[in-house]
Amino acid sequence: MTARFAVGDKVRVRRAYPPGHLRTPCFIRGKPGRVTQVIGAYANPEELAYGRKGLPKRSLYWVQFRQTDLWPDYAGGAGDTAVVDVYEHWLEPAAARTRK
Amino acid sequence: MSGIQRHRHGHAGAPPHRHPPQPDLEDAPYTDCMAMTDAVAGLLIKKKVFTAGELRRMVEIIDSKSPAAGGKLVARAWVDKAFKKRLLKNVNAAAAEFDIDAGPIPIRCVENTAKIHNVIVCTLCSCYPRLLIGLPPDWYKSRAYRSRTIREPRAVLREFGTEIADGVEVRVHDSTADLRYMVLPMRPKGSERLNEKALAKLVTRDSMIGVTRLEDR
Repeated sequence: MTARFAVGDKVRVRRAYPPGHLRTPCFIRGKPGRVTQVIGAYANPEELAYGRKGLPKRSLYWVQFRQTDLWPDYAGGAGDTAVVDVYEHWLEPAAARTRK
Repeated sequence: MSGIQRHRHGHAGAPPHRHPPQPDLEDAPYTDCMAMTDAVAGLLIKKKVFTAGELRRMVEIIDSKSPAAGGKLVARAWVDKAFKKRLLKNVNAAAAEFDIDAGPIPIRCVENTAKIHNVIVCTLCSCYPRLLIGLPPDWYKSRAYRSRTIREPRAVLREFGTEIADGVEVRVHDSTADLRYMVLPMRPKGSERLNEKALAKLVTRDSMIGVTRLEDR
């Protein structure tokens, strides 16, 4: 399968709160980040958790966030970051929402 | 055992006294999750997915893992640039060069430098490279570590005695999905004369989680 995003792409995590077994932590939902690695395709854990096969596989990415974007009152350095593993169906191109 | 605990005795000149009995394993509360684990394990054995012996063997294998395995990889990476490259690309394959079986889950290694300090957390549960360096410390699984490391990593690191300078990027890796992580700590200053075997002994579990740096010598 082809990965939709490439290293360097600016992305935004979907701001969605569906029920179920999710591997996308709440603190990154709706936040902007940057793809720093395309890890590969993995069975969707949201399906695996309920005994299904998790197909089609989903591309998994390293998405790097600025800590100051995640936490408005972040007390550490301005250059501090967090890298979270995020599945493709949770990501959208950042430009889609930043251009208002 | 209980006979000894209940026996009135004296020692080192102390008057005869009793010690409170040590609780047995079964005296701890039997939680829902423990009941579920026992039930699922029982069913899997009954349905012949695996045998009781295979389950026992797997527990024994996991209990036999130790941070020393990670130490060997780190020390080799310090002395061998080509190996370091391979380690940063694929820990499981690099471990196989040492005949270390790091298991089927891909492990990634992230390198600490003078400009970047990496620290590992699993905010959603307690993912950890168990099949390489053994079971995680209890604090790694605590809600406090899991919530605070992503929220205020510098404060958490400070509590571990690790002060990161302002100009250095603190990079938190949250293992939310299909990868596990280990940190390649910086080689301590003053270790230039040590050979690979001696270097491996310097490497600690906590330095591979990233909550500490290895002390210069």
